Amino acid sequence: MHQEYTIIEGDFVNAGKASSSVKKTLKQLNVDPTVVKRVVVALYEAEVNAIAHAYGGKVLVDIDEDKINMVVADKGPGIPDIAMAMQEGYSTARPEVRDMGFGAGMGLPNMQKNVDKLNVTSEVGVGTTVEMEVNFN
Amino acid sequence: MTLREIVNLLDATVHTGENRLDEEITQAFASDLMSEVLTLTDTPLLITGLCNMQTIRTCDMATLDYALIVRNKKPTDEMLELAEDNDMVILSCRYSMFRTCGILYQAGLKPLY
Repeated sequence: MHQEYTIIEGDFVNAGKASSSVKKTLKQLNVDPTVVKRVVVALYEAEVNAIAHAYGGKVLVDIDEDKINMVVADKGPGIPDIAMAMQEGYSTARPEVRDMGFGAGMGLPNMQKNVDKLNVTSEVGVGTTVEMEVNFN
Repeated sequence: MTLREIVNLLDATVHTGENRLDEEITQAFASDLMSEVLTLTDTPLLITGLCNMQTIRTCDMATLDYALIVRNKKPTDEMLELAEDNDMVILSCRYSMFRTCGILYQAGLKPLY
């Protein structure tokens, strides 16, 4: 099953819509609630990151029988040092992102904790792609 | 303690979930930082000063059913609509985060950590 969502820059009100929709789908498919939570927490953090830092992007979700694959690809400033961005507490978020309850440098670490596979690729001035995979069993 | 007791202790407003006020709460977690809330594996009462759509979405993702918004902030209709869709209980009170936590701790509500 393939699903696609569009991310609009600065659209904080709708941050989490894709995650919410994926949550509903996985529940309908009777995926273990613990796994569902891991999937949606990771996807939600990725969505918030793309809305907060980039100029728009896409969320692509592929659900198989035994796993979910999620790609959050944005057009944006990119991440100059991915290793540093992966460190808990490191943040470049603007004040309005912090006003939304995010921007404390926990996004990428939270994603890593919740998924089985995480791959972050980024080009400065072009954008960032976050690929995540979670096994259902 | 029940949610109804919490409402009475704090003179809180019940925005959604009136039908769930007799449910028992044993633990609470207080934070304005939603990434922190997303790390929780348990499902306590969330006490927060953050009052926007992300408060509700975070609760949805973190499978938290109960949120108490402090510092006299009022949830918007849009927030309450989403909370109702997710069958959540949303309360608010006029007290500060510190005072709210103090009252509930003294009354026997346990910290998550």
